[in-house]
This record gives sequence, C-alpha cells and structure tokens, in this order.
Amino acid sequence: MNEVILDDQDRSIINALQGGFPVCDRPYLEAASRLGISEDELISRIETLLKSGVLSRFGPLVNAERMGGGLTLAALSVAEDDFERVAELVNAHPEIAHNYEREHEYNMWFVIATETKQEISTIINAIEAETGLSVLNVPKMEEFFIGLKLEV
Amino acid sequence: MKADVSNIDALDRAIIAATQGGLPLKLRPYDAVGDVVGLSGNEVQARILVMLDSGVMRRIGVVPNHYKLGFNANGMTVWDINDEHISELGQKVGALEFVSHCYHRPRHIPHWPYNMFAMVHGKTREEVKSHAKEISAILGNNVNASDIIYSKRILKKTGLRIAAQ
Repeated sequence: MNEVILDDQDRSIINALQGGFPVCDRPYLEAASRLGISEDELISRIETLLKSGVLSRFGPLVNAERMGGGLTLAALSVAEDDFERVAELVNAHPEIAHNYEREHEYNMWFVIATETKQEISTIINAIEAETGLSVLNVPKMEEFFIGLKLEV
Repeated sequence: MKADVSNIDALDRAIIAATQGGLPLKLRPYDAVGDVVGLSGNEVQARILVMLDSGVMRRIGVVPNHYKLGFNANGMTVWDINDEHISELGQKVGALEFVSHCYHRPRHIPHWPYNMFAMVHGKTREEVKSHAKEISAILGNNVNASDIIYSKRILKKTGLRIAAQ
C-alpha cells in the first residue's frame, strides 16, 4: 500500500480528531476553529483523507459489547496453498469485521462481531465446518487500554 | 463501573445504523442524521451524548489507516505472563504510547500459550522490535514466553455492522 504524503494541516486534523469530535449544531465549525481553519476546509480535508484511504473511518465508534453484541478475536492455521480459498470462506461472513494475514503458524487472524453473544459460537462452528480447520478463539478477558494515540 | 450492557432503543440503533458509514460531511451533520431517522438534530445530539456517556459509543472521531501513514510494520506482540500479575502489568503496557490496544486473552494449551496481546505499530520492523523490548523490560521476569506476529496483508476491513432494527 502506498504511503500518502500529508501536509501539516492534515496531520493536525488527524491528531486532533482521534480524540473526539464535538456534539453540537455546527461541530465542524467548532472543531475547525480550534484548528485555526474554516469549517469548509475541515470538511473538504476530511473528505479527501477518507477518499485517499488515510482515514478508514470518520464517525461514531460503537462498542458492540455494550449493545449486547458478541465480539472476539479468532485465528486459523491455514496451509499456504489453501489460503485464498479459506480467506474467501471466512470473509464471506458479514460478521467478520477485520481479517489479517499474519506471519505465524496461526496465519489468519480475524475479528468476529455479532448482534448477540450467542452468535459467536454459531459463526465459529460454521467456519470450522466450511474450512475443515479448527478455530483458535481468544475473546478478551480484560481490556487495558483502547485509545488511538497515533501521532502522525 | 459501567454496566456490561446498556439499554438502547430502536431510535438509538437507527442512529448507530445511520452513522455506520460515517458522520455526514455536512455543515449540520446531526440534523442530517435526524432527517434519516426521523428526529430533530437536537434529539440526535442528546441521544449520542447519552450513548457516549454509557459507553455504547466509544467516541466520535477518525480511524487512521496505519499503512497509508507509513506505519508499515504492525506487530501483534503476544506474551505469556504469570496470571497473578497480568492486570497490574497490562495497565502499564496499555499506557505506552506506541501500544494501540492491549488485552488479556485466554491461553489454549498446548497450541497457544500467550495470555496478553499488545498491538504495536512502527514504521519499520526494527522499530516494532525495539518497542517490544521496552515492553519486555516492563514485564521483567514475569514473562515466560513471547512472540511478535507481523501482519502481512489486510484480507478484510469493514468494521462493525449493526442492523437498523
């Protein structure tokens, strides 16, 4: 993936908006005035950053578990020559939120997010049946920090 | 301590569904959401504030794509730590500025001996390795085993999807 070159203004927008965004009638105006730019400029910069893929999202980030949903991290150990087939089968489930190829014996790592907690095992069973592989399921037991603090 | 599950109603869910693709890039974005779900902008704002407070929404903000920003090395560092110290040590590791997520997760012996995950982002693998050393220094002799599992390719990244009803 190609690195996108950002200017200082883009950087300060990304750094500032990782922490939060105002909830008021004209939130872009409020956020822009803190950044010393105009409301229109902030909106158009966010739009450009989304289009170029520098930002994968801008908006409310939901905690699925607080909505009663299920969430887990899971992994598979997939033979190299079977990898693409298994990736397709796993990705075909809309409940798979992210999936990464990683360099390890467990070489496919994915997040499963479901509407209810019980559905997690349904999806895991389905993936095991479809792929013939055994899923490593490592749901979080405790969260030590979740916050984005990437300085760009 | 916040309750494990918060009560949200159909309108809250509608707001979540309407903003899953992102907050509208319009001068009055909450009014625009209100138009979709049948509420005023002020009602949308009030409900969002409640959801932020209860933790249903973590925050409103941007999610950067590390790769596009030149953070090409993404190392999931995994650790086998003595259980009695994991909470205390996890807090310290989670607080490091180069750690984006840190969790206690179950071991699956014999396949999987690790019980703590800390995601580390760096421009290069050397940078990730040196961060892992800093983590290791914090954990001291409570570590029984560790590994760095680098990402190679994103196979899917859609984020969470919540149905509107």
